[in-house]
Amino acid sequence: MTDTLPIPAPTTVSAAFWDATRRHELAMQRCDSCERLVWYPRFVCPHCGGTALTWERLSGNGTVYAVSVHHRAALPALADKVPYSVILVDLDEGARLMSNVFGPPPAVGDRVGVGWVALDDGRNMPVFEPK
Amino acid sequence: MTTDIRGAAAIVGVADEVSPTGVIDVPIRELEARVITAALADAGLSLRDVDGLCTCTGGTLMHSVELAEYLGVAPRFTDATQTGGASYGLHVEHAAAAIAAGEAETVVIVYASTPRAARKRGEKGLGVFATPERLEWETPFGVVLPISAYALAANRHMATYGTTAAQLAQIAVDTRRWAALNPRAHLREAITVDDVLGSGFIAEPLHKLECCLVTDGAAAVVVTSAERARTLARPPAFVLGAASAASHAMISQMPDLTVSPGALSGPAAFKTAQLTPGDIDVVQLYDSFTITVLLALEDLGFCPKGEGGPFVGDGALAPGGMLPGQTTGGGLAYTHPGAFGAFLLVEAARQLRGECGERQVPDAKTAVAHGTGGVLSATSTVILGTEVTL
Repeated sequence: MTDTLPIPAPTTVSAAFWDATRRHELAMQRCDSCERLVWYPRFVCPHCGGTALTWERLSGNGTVYAVSVHHRAALPALADKVPYSVILVDLDEGARLMSNVFGPPPAVGDRVGVGWVALDDGRNMPVFEPK
Repeated sequence: MTTDIRGAAAIVGVADEVSPTGVIDVPIRELEARVITAALADAGLSLRDVDGLCTCTGGTLMHSVELAEYLGVAPRFTDATQTGGASYGLHVEHAAAAIAAGEAETVVIVYASTPRAARKRGEKGLGVFATPERLEWETPFGVVLPISAYALAANRHMATYGTTAAQLAQIAVDTRRWAALNPRAHLREAITVDDVLGSGFIAEPLHKLECCLVTDGAAAVVVTSAERARTLARPPAFVLGAASAASHAMISQMPDLTVSPGALSGPAAFKTAQLTPGDIDVVQLYDSFTITVLLALEDLGFCPKGEGGPFVGDGALAPGGMLPGQTTGGGLAYTHPGAFGAFLLVEAARQLRGECGERQVPDAKTAVAHGTGGVLSATSTVILGTEVTL
């Protein structure tokens, strides 16, 4: 099913993120100037304007910030996952991203860890699982 | 925006068009022209008086210039800034500033959209949320926009402050009570909290009856100088304060899901108006979803942050309540063609003129029209008042 997920081709700035997913690694840029994490991948740091950004591997652990259980599949690839949870997760290293939890819905404050859903081109989608 | 705009300009003409079926199957340009000429006639003005034009929909390169050509207007001021449902309040803010600076005298602001007619014709949606960033970092996770984003905000507010589903549902119930008083509203049948909670989820925790309509519609307002306003047909609704703000485009980039940019635009507009929330007689808060209203109430200072639930749970927004809100029936029950912002301004002005019939808020002298665009992304707060408030 996942091969129909509409994932765009990586861009020049997001290629490193997607390459890391091939190794089941969650990677993110950190700004050399202000030392804050930058999500999503960018050419310029949205916190301070710095342009020296360095990729690093994150733990993949975090806490659920918000969750919405979806009862209709927005994408054909998710039809067998309904109901699925769209979540915002606060990673332990200090960045927030959107993802999914499949199965029983998590609650705000729940601990989660990254898992991977294989795409047909060798990349993987980061989704989260209860810890 | 500085205090210079306080009382410098006024809304002097308004018009809006809705349909009992929800469908208005005419070309957008014709619909725009219909509400513009109606708003000008309402003011006792004509197209010959217009030297400013604000419009931001249509999907082509220079919408304000294209519409000006159609109307035979050569504007010295145009603004096509697009901040979703916040655009039209922002246009009022910019128009008032332009008028105060002598760069325009009479500005028309218009909005028209026919999503229902387009669907009937089999046209595909515009994909307005399909930004490159969203396609890569949100769309693959199965979001349904905009509802997923507002659902996440509602969930976070409930988890943080203990806001209940019944409190959010009360907003929809009270809005429907206003719609029952408005013969032009699309949905007028009374509903209960249980009806809302039983209407099913699309994206939890928001129920179907907490989500705005999709209907065709159009609205226009005419803004002119205070001096000219006093010579015209209708009692002016003076612009006492106006401000805009924007904080993010995608919900996953919103700094705090319980605080909208209204926390910036609201206080800034009140400062210019030299008023406080306690001075306001009637509010028109963008109700794309119930949570949109709740956050606006808190962010504009009508109640402290986190106390929106108990505030609305007591029926504050209902007819006869302490803060009458969304008196047309709002985006939830009156009309919602994609962006409701222009309709907020129309109703705020009508309430100040005292021409709202059964739904009239007695002796309303001050009104807030607060637009929210995107996914809680951008806001505009406009504070209007009658002559005695100057």
